[in-house]
Amino acid sequence: MESTQATNHVSYLQHKPHKIGILNWILSTDHKRIGLLYLYSIMVFFIVAAFLGLLMRIEKFAPGETIMDAQTYNGVFTVHGIIMIFIIVIPGLAAVFGNFFLPILIGAKDVAFPKLNLFSWYIYIAGAILALISQFASGGAPDTGWTFYVPYSADSSTNVIWALTAAFILGFSSILTGLNFIVTIHRLRAPGMSWFRMPLFPWSIYATSWIQVLATPIVGITLLMVIAERTLNIGFFDPALGGDPILFQHLFWIYSHPAVYIMILPAMGVVTEIFPTFSQKPIFGYSAIALSSVAIAAVGYFVWGHHMFTTGISYWSRWFFSFLTFIVAVPSAIKVFNWISTMYGGSIDLKPPLLWAIGFIFLFMIGGLTGLVLGALATNVHVHDTTFVVAHFHYIIFGGMGFAFFAGLHYWFPKMFGKMYNIKLANISFIITFIGFNVLYFPLFIIGLQGMPRRYFDYFPEYQYGHVISTIGAFILIIGIFIMLFNFFRGARKGEIAPANPWKGVTLDWQIESPPTLLNFDEIPVITEKPYTFKKEEEA
Amino acid sequence: MFSGASNFVEGVDTAFAFIFGVSAFFIIAITAFMIYTVIRFKRSKVKNPKQFRGSVTLELIWTIIPTILVLMMFYYGYMGFAPMRNVPDDVMEVEAIGRMWEWEFVYENGKSSKDLVIPVNRPVKLNLKAEDVNHSLFIPAFRVKEDVVPGYDNYMWFTPYYIGDYEILCTEYCGMLHSAMTADAKVLDSAEFEQWYADLSQQKEEEKPEGFEITKSNGCFACHSRDGSKLVGPSFKGLYGSENVVITDGEERTITADEDYLKTSIINPNQDVVKGYNPGLMQSYEGVISDEDIDKIVEYLKTEK
Ligand code: HEC
Ligand SMILES: [Cu+2]
Ligand SMILES: [Cu+2]
Repeated sequence: MESTQATNHVSYLQHKPHKIGILNWILSTDHKRIGLLYLYSIMVFFIVAAFLGLLMRIEKFAPGETIMDAQTYNGVFTVHGIIMIFIIVIPGLAAVFGNFFLPILIGAKDVAFPKLNLFSWYIYIAGAILALISQFASGGAPDTGWTFYVPYSADSSTNVIWALTAAFILGFSSILTGLNFIVTIHRLRAPGMSWFRMPLFPWSIYATSWIQVLATPIVGITLLMVIAERTLNIGFFDPALGGDPILFQHLFWIYSHPAVYIMILPAMGVVTEIFPTFSQKPIFGYSAIALSSVAIAAVGYFVWGHHMFTTGISYWSRWFFSFLTFIVAVPSAIKVFNWISTMYGGSIDLKPPLLWAIGFIFLFMIGGLTGLVLGALATNVHVHDTTFVVAHFHYIIFGGMGFAFFAGLHYWFPKMFGKMYNIKLANISFIITFIGFNVLYFPLFIIGLQGMPRRYFDYFPEYQYGHVISTIGAFILIIGIFIMLFNFFRGARKGEIAPANPWKGVTLDWQIESPPTLLNFDEIPVITEKPYTFKKEEEA
Repeated sequence: MFSGASNFVEGVDTAFAFIFGVSAFFIIAITAFMIYTVIRFKRSKVKNPKQFRGSVTLELIWTIIPTILVLMMFYYGYMGFAPMRNVPDDVMEVEAIGRMWEWEFVYENGKSSKDLVIPVNRPVKLNLKAEDVNHSLFIPAFRVKEDVVPGYDNYMWFTPYYIGDYEILCTEYCGMLHSAMTADAKVLDSAEFEQWYADLSQQKEEEKPEGFEITKSNGCFACHSRDGSKLVGPSFKGLYGSENVVITDGEERTITADEDYLKTSIINPNQDVVKGYNPGLMQSYEGVISDEDIDKIVEYLKTEK
C-alpha cells in the first residue's frame, strides 16, 4: 500500500474536530494522539532532568564546591531522580508506544476505555507539574533522594511533601493506564488472535500492566504514610515518634523493585518487534520470550530485599533474597539468547532501529551482569550505595529502557508521522550517543569498586580521574541526543513522505496506512496465522 | 588467592573475580557473535532467509547453563558473606555512633574518639548506633559495610591485617553534609594501641552545662561551630547578646540575640533568617526537643562567649 493511495483517507493527524488547534490534542480520546501527548510531555521533562544530570556531572568535575553548594547538589540529584523515575521511565514506553501501538498490534480501534485513557494523562500532568513546583517553591528543593528514606524525609525542612504528593498522584495515572491495557488485551483482540498469536510487544505490556496495577498501590500508601507522619506526627517510620525506619524501606522496595520491570519489560517488547523485521525472519523462541516476561513479572515481586542487604535484616532473609535475585536473572538471559538467534540466519538490514536495538542488547548485558555483582551477598556489601550501583542502574534504565525507547522511535517514526528522518544522521547520532553513554557511566563502575559512595557532593582526590572522564562523557552523550532530537524534528516537519511499510514488517502496524487513520483499520482484520510470518520475496 | 587489609578481603574478592570472569566471557562472546551475525547475514548476501521459529534443545541449554552459573555466583557470594555475621568470641567491642555528620567511636573504658583506633590482628566488633537519621559505615579496604539505623542494633566485625590508615565513609544518604561524614580507621600495633587506649587525659573535658550535651546529641554542632568559624549556620561563639541582621518576611531588621530570639531560632528557624544564610537548612526542632531541653540549650548558649 503506497501512501498516495491514502488521499481518500484522513489520517489521525488531519482529523481535527475542534477549531482551536490545541483542543484537538487535549480533548482527543484517540489512543494515538494520547500516545503523542505522553511523548511530548516526556520529551520536555527528559530535557529538564538530563540538564540537571549534566549540572551534577559538572559539579563533580573537581572535588569540593565547583558550581553549586552541597544543599543545591542534594536538591538537584533528588529532583533529577524523581523526574527521571516517576515522570519519564515508569510511564515511558508503556504510555507512549503502549498507547499508540498496543491497539494497532492487536487489531483494535482504540483502547478499552478511551476517556479514562485521556484522564490518566491529565493525572500524569498534574503530578508532573507538582513535581516541578516542588523544585521551585519557597521551602527549597526536596533533598531526600528519590527514595525518600525515613527518618531523613520526615525531618528535612525542604518541600518533601510536594514531591511525595506528586509521586502519589503519578501512581494513579500508572494504575489506570495499566488497568486500561489489561482490559484492552483481554477484550479487544482481533478475531482469530489467540493469546499465542499475539505479537510480543503486547505480551510485554500485559505483564507490565499487571505489575502497575498490583504494585503501585503499595508505594501510594507508603508515601501517604510519610505525609501523615510529617503533618500529623503519627509515628509510622520515624523512630523519634516510635516508628520503624526499616519498615519504610521494605514497603518502598516492594513497589520499587517491580517498578524496574515496569520500566524494562516494555523495552524488551519493543526490541522484540524490531529484530524479526530487520532480519526478515520469525522471532526465535516465541513462547520462551512471552512466558519469560510473565515469569519476570511474577518472581520480580519477591526480590526487593536485595536493596536492603546491609540494613541489618536477618541472616536468612539475606540468603533468601540473594537466591531469588539470581533466579530472576535467568529469564532475562533467555531473552537475550532468543533475540540474537532471531538475527542468526536472517537477512539483516542494519538500519537505525536495529542499530539501537543491538546497542540495547550490549548495554543491557552490562547492566544485567553487573546486577549479579549486586545480587551476590559478599560483593553487594562492598559496592552497595557506591557509584557502582549508579552505573548499574543507568546501564539498565538508560542503556536498556532509554536505548529501546530510541530504537522504538526510529522504528515507528515513519508510522506515527508518515514522514522519514535522515538515516545517515540517525546513524551518526547513535554512534555519538553510544560512545558518550559508555564514557559517562563506565568509569563509575571502576571508582565505585574503589569505594566512591553515591550521592556524594564532595569526594577524595583519588576518585577524581573517574569523575573527570565521566563528566566528559556526559557532554558527548548530550550532543548525541540533541542530534537525534534535531533529526526527528526535521524529519517530522520536512522529511520525505514515508511509505506505509518502509521496513517490510509483517505485524498489523505495518499493514495500515502511515500515518494511520482515526480508527486504524477500515475493517477489523481476521488473524489466521502465527505472528512474524514472513513470505518469500516472490510470493510477496 | 587474594589477600588484603582485612580477613574478609579474600572471600569477597574471590566472589568478585568469579562473577566478573563469567560476565566478561559472556559479554565478549555474545558481542562478537552479534557482530559476526550482522556481517555474515547482511541483506546483500542473504535474500531468502530460512524461516525457523525456535528450538527446544537450545532453549533448554540456555536456560540450564545460566542457571548453573548464577547458582555458582550465589554460592561464592554466600561463602564470602557468611563469616561477616559470625562474630568470634574474643572480639574487642567498640560503639560506633553516627550522627549528622560525624562519627564517634566509644570504647569500653569510656574513651571516645573521632577516628576508629584499633590494634592489628585482633577482631573488632562495632556496635552501630544512629542518633538521628540513617547512616551506613563503610570501610572500602576492609570490604565491610553495614547501615546505622536509629532504633536498630546493627553490628559489624572484622580483623585488620595490616598497620595503616584506612578511609571510613558514610554510604547512606543523611542530608546536607553526607559526603563530609568521613573518618579514619587507624590500625596500630598492639603496644601502641594499648598506650593510646590507656591514655584518658584527653577525655577529662571541662565541666559542661547540661545544655551542652543536649546540643551535642541533637547534632547542632554539625552546622554551628564553637570557635567562631562559619559552617552551614552561624557560629555559637559570642552569639548571646550580640546584634545581628536578620530577614523577617523579606524585610531586613536588626535584633539582639536574647533568650526569646534564641528560642524562636530553634523552634521556628525560618522566621528570622540570619542575613547571609539560606532559609530551609535548619529544621524546626519543635516537638523534637522538649521545651525544657530547649531552655537548657539556651542556658548553654549564654555560656559560649
Ligand atoms: C542543617 C544545619 C543546621 C543544624 C543541624 C542546626 N542549625 Fe541552627 N542554623 C542553621 C542555619 C543555616 C542558620 C541560619 C539561618 C537561619 O537563621 O535560619 C541557623 C540559625 C540558628 C540560630 C540563630 C543564629 C543567629 O546567629 O542568629 C540558632 C540560635 C540556632 N541555629 C540554633 C541551633 C540549635 C540549638 C540546633 C540544634 C538543636 C541547630 N541550630 C541545628 C543551620 C543548622
Ligand atoms: Cu531491585
Ligand atoms: Cu551519610
